[in-house]
Amino acid sequence: MSFPWANHYAPKHPLMRWMDEKLPLPRLVYNAVGAGYPVPRNLNYMWNFGVLAGAALVIQIITGVVMAMHYAANAGVAFDSIEHTVRDVNAGWAMRYAHANGASMFFIVVYLHIFRGLYYGSYKAPREMVWLLGVVIFLLMMATAFMGYVLPWGQMSFWGAQVITGFFSAIPVVGEPIREWLLGGFAPDNAALNRFFSLHYLLPFVIAGVIILHIWALHIPGSSNPTGVEVKGPQDTVPFHPYYTAKDGFGLGVFLVIFSILMFFAPNALGHPDNYIPANPLSTPAHIVPEWYFWPFYAILRAFTFNFLWIPAKLWGVLAMFGAIALLFFLPWIDRSPVRSARYRPMYKWFFWVLVLDVFVLGLCGMKPPEGVWVLLGQLAAIYYFAHFLIILPIVSAIERPLPLPMSITASVLGEEPATTGQPA
Amino acid sequence: MGRLAVPFVGFIVGLGFILALLCAVFFTPHDAPEVTAASVFHREPKEIHYASDGPLGRFDRQQLQRGFQVYKEVCSACHSLRLVAFRDLEEIGFSKPEVKAIAKGWAVEVPTVDDKGEATTRKALPSDYIPSPYANETAARASNNNALPPDLSLIVKAREGGAPYVDSILTGFQNPPAELLKRFPDSAPPPGLHYNPYFANLNIAMPPPLVAEGQVSYSDGTKATVPQMASDVSAFLIWTAEPKLEARHRAGVVAVIFLLIATGLAFAAYRNIWSGMKH
Repeated sequence: MSFPWANHYAPKHPLMRWMDEKLPLPRLVYNAVGAGYPVPRNLNYMWNFGVLAGAALVIQIITGVVMAMHYAANAGVAFDSIEHTVRDVNAGWAMRYAHANGASMFFIVVYLHIFRGLYYGSYKAPREMVWLLGVVIFLLMMATAFMGYVLPWGQMSFWGAQVITGFFSAIPVVGEPIREWLLGGFAPDNAALNRFFSLHYLLPFVIAGVIILHIWALHIPGSSNPTGVEVKGPQDTVPFHPYYTAKDGFGLGVFLVIFSILMFFAPNALGHPDNYIPANPLSTPAHIVPEWYFWPFYAILRAFTFNFLWIPAKLWGVLAMFGAIALLFFLPWIDRSPVRSARYRPMYKWFFWVLVLDVFVLGLCGMKPPEGVWVLLGQLAAIYYFAHFLIILPIVSAIERPLPLPMSITASVLGEEPATTGQPA
Repeated sequence: MGRLAVPFVGFIVGLGFILALLCAVFFTPHDAPEVTAASVFHREPKEIHYASDGPLGRFDRQQLQRGFQVYKEVCSACHSLRLVAFRDLEEIGFSKPEVKAIAKGWAVEVPTVDDKGEATTRKALPSDYIPSPYANETAARASNNNALPPDLSLIVKAREGGAPYVDSILTGFQNPPAELLKRFPDSAPPPGLHYNPYFANLNIAMPPPLVAEGQVSYSDGTKATVPQMASDVSAFLIWTAEPKLEARHRAGVVAVIFLLIATGLAFAAYRNIWSGMKH
């Protein structure tokens, strides 16, 4: 993999040479995220978010392992065991707030990472596999975050679990038995809490494994870049270390400043007050709302209120919510434009920004109680979401006239005039 | 043609979802939420400031002790505080002997067994959690017209609006306005409930707990007006919900200053390394 002009690992110290013969782990790191990985020289700050997502996962695993040392996955004591961690464990409050807000920070950087990919066409050939693995990571993150939110066994934990596992009961005939099998009972209780804890501990390591595949798949064609023009020679790239390690170090600093402000000064701002009430199966909260990172999908779920073609609205909603994510798997083959970067796609660029706005509107509708104008707005926003990916994108990629692409990354950096007109990169 | 299979199937699926949504748009009602007494007369919490507000906020220990006194002499008759132990009171400025005396003098005793194994009770110790006024939920409901007085340990984090909400509830009792009964004739508080516009459905089961000036006598000379007692006890409940608030604020200031310096250095390193490279 990588380019022929990549730096070669040459251990100088005898110990490192010995290590290289027995287990070339330093060589692997050198080639993956060291001086041995040539990267386009023109990456902008939007390319920081992959590393930041990795950092967020590491923070979640470390704080999560410590939380698990004090947590008891039993419906009778789970709520109090978290309070015990916060009140009586040394720095337990810091672990708890870092873990709860770390989930939000993880989703913020991953959403930016995904939208970066959408804007610059990072999902297109030859990087389809990178994108597919990324969508798998996103799905695993959603499952992990959902199960983690259940563990404190507050009111929103319980009723969130009730609603989300209720999706399965929308499936005709087999739905209800599947739901009961998944929960280990008729409603969320001890059996569900225990298996959610088990899986919440397992899945982050599965995510870590898929991230390794994600990076491996990335290293075969090498990183994309804001022009979308492929690397043509050594002058187009710089070694990952020290150039991008330095840039990512700065990005990590900014990330940690924002993270700290959130966890030290507003640790409950993104949570729901009801989750400080212990779970009570006999008392339904006035509005059941998921965490903010699920709001857009929750809005899509609730947008379907009509039994179209005699299929129950609930089933439509569940299919659409999963479909909204599943369609991302097909994106590399839906968008057929040979030009990657939206910089050179005058039509696509507009639709991209409409999509960004649309997802914000969906998020807002997912947060609000489903009444009045929010229902209508959610339906219109959901229509645009599906239209964007499944109707508009194939048409735009067929009829759009791309702007002239730069000759090369270096030519674009040095501000040379483009010579080609809308040719494939 | 095979190349177009994915976009084609996607097109059909997309049309299906869009048609289902269009039917939802046109054939299901989008009525504005019903106008109810609560939607018109419910009020947001008053704006109340506490010493612990803001990134540099610290507790006013004198106030927390006054708030504890209000909890002890008024609220604890019905509300538990099960996540707070007597020993925790040292954090708000009580000395060890004072904590011991508070525990020993607590009106409710702690269940235990005597040397024959028979159930009995004993005086509380500093290591005990504050005993609850009722033995269980059924007892609590039986004494309160079937309403359950919530535990107060986390109440300011468990309610939208936080401590100002608690304060507003305590000072918000009033007679139902004449206009309410005129517009919504059925909305007079049912027997046993009390009108309070800061409560979500306007009618709260709790009778007004703070009714008269001087209901508690503060030892520090503060005049125990109803608003004073309400803000003292709500400040105390900030502490019960978030006892590590001061440590968190202190650590946060250190962390953010450290990270800002580190980020500045990282930025300088980044600019330095890239200085000869146009990008």
